[in-house]
Amino acid sequence: MTANVSIRSVSQRYGPATALDDVSLEIAAGEFVVLLGPSGCGKTTLLNLIGGFAEPVSGTILIGGKDMSGVSPAARPTTTVFQDYALFPHMSLADNVGFGLRMRGVSRPERRAKAEEFLALVGLPGKADRRPHELSGGQRQRVALARALAVAPDVLLLDEPLGALDLKLRRAMQDELKAIQRRVGTTFVHVTHDQEEAMAIADRIVVMNAGKIADIGPPREVYLRPGSLFSAAFMGEINQIPVRDGQTALGPLVPGTGTLLIRPEAIGLHGTLPLGPCKVEDAAFFGTHVRAHVAPLAAPDLKLTVHLPQASVVAVGEVMSLFATDHAMLEA
Amino acid sequence: MRLAGWLYLALAYGFVFLPVVVLVVFSFQDGRLPVPPFQGFSLRWYAQVVSDGALMTALWHSALVAFVSSGLALAMGFLAAHALARVRLPGSVFLRGLLIAPMTVSYLIIALGLLTVFNQSGVKLSLWTVGIGHVVINLPLCFAICYGAMGDHQKTAERAARDLGASEARVLWFVSAPMLAPALAAAFFLSVTFSWDEFIIAFLLSRFDLTLPVEIWSMLRSGLSPATNAIGSLLFLVSISAVILMEIFLFRRPK
Amino acid sequence: MSLQSAERKLGWGLLAPALLWTVAFFVLPFLAMVALSFAHMEGRAIVEVFDPGNYVRAFSEWSQLKALINSIEITVTVTVISVVLAWPLAAIIAWQVPARYQRLALLVAVLPFWTSYVVRSYSWLLVLGDNGVINKALMAVGLIAEPLALASTRTATVIGFVHFFVMLLTLTIYANLIQLSPNYARAAQDLGAGRWATFRHVILPLTLPGVITGAFVTFVLCIGDYITPQILGGNAELTLPQLIMLQMGRSGNFPMAAALSVVLMAVVILVYAGCSRWLRLDRL
Repeated sequence: MTANVSIRSVSQRYGPATALDDVSLEIAAGEFVVLLGPSGCGKTTLLNLIGGFAEPVSGTILIGGKDMSGVSPAARPTTTVFQDYALFPHMSLADNVGFGLRMRGVSRPERRAKAEEFLALVGLPGKADRRPHELSGGQRQRVALARALAVAPDVLLLDEPLGALDLKLRRAMQDELKAIQRRVGTTFVHVTHDQEEAMAIADRIVVMNAGKIADIGPPREVYLRPGSLFSAAFMGEINQIPVRDGQTALGPLVPGTGTLLIRPEAIGLHGTLPLGPCKVEDAAFFGTHVRAHVAPLAAPDLKLTVHLPQASVVAVGEVMSLFATDHAMLEA
Repeated sequence: MRLAGWLYLALAYGFVFLPVVVLVVFSFQDGRLPVPPFQGFSLRWYAQVVSDGALMTALWHSALVAFVSSGLALAMGFLAAHALARVRLPGSVFLRGLLIAPMTVSYLIIALGLLTVFNQSGVKLSLWTVGIGHVVINLPLCFAICYGAMGDHQKTAERAARDLGASEARVLWFVSAPMLAPALAAAFFLSVTFSWDEFIIAFLLSRFDLTLPVEIWSMLRSGLSPATNAIGSLLFLVSISAVILMEIFLFRRPK
Repeated sequence: MSLQSAERKLGWGLLAPALLWTVAFFVLPFLAMVALSFAHMEGRAIVEVFDPGNYVRAFSEWSQLKALINSIEITVTVTVISVVLAWPLAAIIAWQVPARYQRLALLVAVLPFWTSYVVRSYSWLLVLGDNGVINKALMAVGLIAEPLALASTRTATVIGFVHFFVMLLTLTIYANLIQLSPNYARAAQDLGAGRWATFRHVILPLTLPGVITGAFVTFVLCIGDYITPQILGGNAELTLPQLIMLQMGRSGNFPMAAALSVVLMAVVILVYAGCSRWLRLDRL
């Protein structure tokens, strides 16, 4: 039903290229973990290794405490929801969802009952006899989910399952995935390149870059207290101000040496950290906020991105005194 | 399991290449018969074949018929595909089926039909009649390939050209044909291949001027000879050279 | 004139050459041949009479009927054997050979395709003949004393055909297999299916239409072929194309040849009707 996943010093290579470089990760049973990163960062590779579709060149993967080296996908307690869903086009939805059960020797009436149960769980009751080509993309995605859950896996792997859906549908599915995961309690490992999606559904986010883990933690932690420059920039727009011995181009702001990180929405007309007078270079209305690019008078080369309140009226060339309400510091 | 796979592959290759290897090896036979034992290496059969006037003439005939009939088939097929892809004509499904129909009929039957008509109308058999037959078998192929290759990308380009004032002929020449060049080349290449090697239509619809397969057939009638091996090997060499050249120039070109 | 009718005129104009050619040199000749099949010979002249006598002969005279039976038997045998041999070959190239070398492996597998068809059949004669490679090899090793009668038999014809069609089917089946998403097999395995179960429940049903299409093309090409049986089959039995050519050559009996050709076409149409459920000719 559920199990923990232990990834220990796993590396993977494709010819001369290193896809994963000595990656270690502990995932607790019942956790919803999101592997987040740009294309080529190794997230899908890691997912495939957990699923058993490839063997790492070094390191081990344990599921529920058992070493999975050399264990085929069929024998592992994992199932995968593929990016293109891979629903068997020549089978009905019931046969698709019941396929795993059939492989385990479950009788036909039992399979049918279970299939209908899981189709109802994912919000498709009464469609058991339809064929995949009769469904929309979002519906197919749910069937793929039902099929993967029907065999009660310990770990469910999802390979960018929402990528083909439009925005509204994606948001709805994100909520549903979260709800289903809470209900069944299975460990979910979900791969995506969309940081908003990651924040919406993850218990913990694992930010990956170039085959290594760049940051790890609950969404709030990763967003507000990034563990690396890469993670900070990937999670959203970020202002980076170099600090040397407590000195920045804008004066003494924080002690230490490293990079001062401030989110655009943390900058405004009031706050604890004075950024000084800044000249507005451009401003645009973005619905929920006004996005402006400003150049501090003290350091005109340092361009800052600022999110001002929705009602702000900002003119290009205007000078305003700005402050930061929240910040993070990455020690060098 | 994988070992069984490689073994099967090896056996399959062996089976597929067996007759070809025998053909080529015994084309160098220094003896009268192209059968074991191998009596020594000689090029005399190649010399004989190359200096055989009838054979060389037949080769020329084959090339002529192949290129001309393929060119004609391609031109007509391309125009027809363009017409059906661009304009909504009534009964287009039927028309498409009609144009493709000859592909499903045995060449023997096509030849017999043409022979019937030519005999009844007093048309004399010649390379022209063979060419007509070859156009019949290659037209469906050219049409199908061109039609299948026509896509939205090229349709919008045509529309843009028309919008800029080009006549239909110019659109075809300057936009459609160049954009479809790979498909056109493939269709032409395949048609030439089919026509070049085609036997039954050439056999039934020619009289004095023969194509190469028919000439080789009459060579066979007079018994086994390494000369047949020699011409066969030469043809094989030419064919695979053409395929390799096509691979290099047409299919490997960077986009 | 309106834009639409101007366009239509253009469409018909571009379509005309191909259409006229097809009608003039395919449809009309075919109809003429069918008409001829209802005539019969008197001496050396063709008498145009509506007389189904040729068809009666085709099915009542044993020599005629036997040719049809031979053709069907040989063609079915060849089709089955070729599919059975080509499928694993295509599968191995598609799934076992590394992606980089697949094109090459495929090309090598079908290279002999590019020998002249006539020469290719002839070269099997060199292999299977009394003095041929196989017999000479077996005798040299001492396994047999007298040459085996391999050439000029139905077996030789079948081998000659299978050689050709294995190559053709490998190409078409490979094209079919390669466009099957690898995720289907992965999904099946992920859900607990072993290799055989994956093949049975997923691979086979999804690739069957393509295979049947290839088998149909094989059937049509094989049953209408004159060359291979003529070179390799010997005189003991004839196939339908051989009989047709015989009627034309020796007796000059065009009407009979025409009738037999129509019978040949009818067989093909029947087979097409039989498997049209699976056939996707556009997927070839």
